[in-house]
Amino acid sequence: MTGHAAQTGVHAGLHPDGHDHGSHRTYLTGFALSVILTAIPFWLVMTGVLANNQVTGLLIMALAAVQIVVHMIYFLHMSSRSEGGWSMMALVFTLVLVLIALAGSMWVMYHLNANMMPGMTDMSRMP
Amino acid sequence: MTTAILEAPDTRDTATEAPAFYLRDEHEHADGGSTALGFWIYLMSDCLIFAVLFATYGVLGHNYAAGPAPKDLFDLPLVAVNTSMLLLSSITYGFAMLAAYEHRQTATQAWLAVTGLFGLCFIGIELHEFAGMIAEGATPERSAFLSSFFTLVGTHGLHVTAGLIWLVTLMVQVRRHGLMEANMRRLMCLSMFWHFLDVIWIGVFTFVYLMGMLR
Repeated sequence: MTGHAAQTGVHAGLHPDGHDHGSHRTYLTGFALSVILTAIPFWLVMTGVLANNQVTGLLIMALAAVQIVVHMIYFLHMSSRSEGGWSMMALVFTLVLVLIALAGSMWVMYHLNANMMPGMTDMSRMP
Repeated sequence: MTTAILEAPDTRDTATEAPAFYLRDEHEHADGGSTALGFWIYLMSDCLIFAVLFATYGVLGHNYAAGPAPKDLFDLPLVAVNTSMLLLSSITYGFAMLAAYEHRQTATQAWLAVTGLFGLCFIGIELHEFAGMIAEGATPERSAFLSSFFTLVGTHGLHVTAGLIWLVTLMVQVRRHGLMEANMRRLMCLSMFWHFLDVIWIGVFTFVYLMGMLR
């Protein structure tokens, strides 16, 4: 018990697990980046600067992906070293599952929709 | 006689070494040393819940059943305000953690309170939005689009509400016991939870609100 207390005393200010927990500078950097990355997609959609909706859609998806990475690094302090690499391993595994679930369901259900009888999908024309 | 009986199993034990399938002598673990990884794995499983809800919304989100579409319902300036509330609460929670690592208890409590207020604003605005939609007749049972919308955004809102309850609980704990090691661990878990909810919200405002306004 005394050894444990001495150990934590040595690492005063450090996290018990030894991984870094950021500083005011990293938090403010992350905040500034995410404000910019939030403002751009809202501006794009609310003003409709780009005439092509598909281009706008792809652009805001890309910006969201970048913002998620920014949050992971600056707020959640993810790195390949945290928890001996195990948290990164869990994250990559989850991302693979998320990708399969999202892409798989959209793909399969789009084909089901596309193969339905014409007119069936437009409910507003139904009696 | 009695000593012989007592000694008999002892000698047999050393003679035939039973195969060990686990580490016999427990090596020292720091108290709560694996909590961060365990909580991270919980968050990843939570991420899967949201992935499934996003997929459901992606599949059903176009089926309006002749009811209201996203363009008729969503108020983007309100969503922008809501997003900034959650973003601000994320950075104030970061400041609370930094104050806690510097053992400044009053500052920690103050930043936690500010975080809670931003979280309350977020929930308030979201409930106001939901109430407005329901008053217009855009209830969850109106169409598949609205069912999946309320399930996805409502689940996120429930998570934020749970986070707020947790935040208040932790503020009481810190007030009672100070910034002891166990409380630091709890604060760190809530920090991961809170920032994770912000990450999910990025997906919600992009995929549901902004993409909804584009079609």
